[in-house]
Amino acid sequence: MEFDNFLRIEFFSRPENVGLARVTLAAFAAQLDYTITEIDDLKGAVSEAVSNAIIHGYGNDPDHVVKIVAYLREGELEIVVEDRGYGIPNIDEALRPGVSTVPERLGLGFSFIKSFVDRLEIISDPGKGTRVIMFKRPGSQSSDARTN
Amino acid sequence: MTPEIDVLDSTLVARLQGELDMQVTDALRSALDQALNASGAKNMLFDLRLVSFIDSSGLGVILGRYRRIADKGGRLAFVNVEPPVRRVLELSGVLRISTEFQDEQQAIADLAQGGLA
Ligand SMILES: Nc1ncnc2c1ncn2[C@@H]1O[C@H](COP(=O)(O)OP(=O)(O)O)[C@@H](O)[C@H]1O
Ligand SMILES: [Mg+2]
Repeated sequence: MEFDNFLRIEFFSRPENVGLARVTLAAFAAQLDYTITEIDDLKGAVSEAVSNAIIHGYGNDPDHVVKIVAYLREGELEIVVEDRGYGIPNIDEALRPGVSTVPERLGLGFSFIKSFVDRLEIISDPGKGTRVIMFKRPGSQSSDARTN
Repeated sequence: MTPEIDVLDSTLVARLQGELDMQVTDALRSALDQALNASGAKNMLFDLRLVSFIDSSGLGVILGRYRRIADKGGRLAFVNVEPPVRRVLELSGVLRISTEFQDEQQAIADLAQGGLA
């Protein structure tokens, strides 16, 4: 078996589903020995990635599907948040703190995710969609590393 | 959600509650804008005791309103910042441009004196 457990959920790209995604992933993550702070960080990371899928991936159109798959593998959690929306033309630019393509947004979502998890990978195909992949292991130092 | 908003001594006091994510940003933004427009308050104080979660969407609403008052020399302040929310305020640098107070009365008194942050 390639992983010890997995979770797959799909839901419409609607704001009320962001909170649902947070609590669902937090409940799944509780199988590992995370501290309360680490669970809060996971909720924050999921919230940012799912909000991005809805707002940027689908331009707030509520009738598309956001998919999350999470894997537990040798004590590490991997969370994949996927949309089949616009995609990100320039990932380096998107990762820059304070840069948003939507007025009055902070452009801090990806910076927060980087602080909340051990590792962030983004795979995006303009016109096809985006996959945001986040890894976090209990007790790793990421929750204290507040730089970048 | 519906924030409880008062204006005391030129400070808009907003007691927020719940989880401040993209689901509540529109309602929160218009409630705060309406109160700012109606009162002409100079400063803003957020009581976050009942806020259990905030992400960059929720924070964007607070900072967007702050931008409005900052242009006129207004200050941003917080009371009752719980740990998960504190982490986000720290990460974003918001705590560096705002003041945290022990309680509402102290905050309102200090802000009313118009001292520097
Ligand atoms: N799922 C996505 N699909 C398309 N574009 C995205 C997606 N996620 C992020 N982006 C792009 O990356 C930028 C930065 O995202 P983020 O750091 O979360 O800031 P914000 O959401 O405040 O704009 C966004 O402004 C957007 O242009
Ligand atoms: Mg974002």
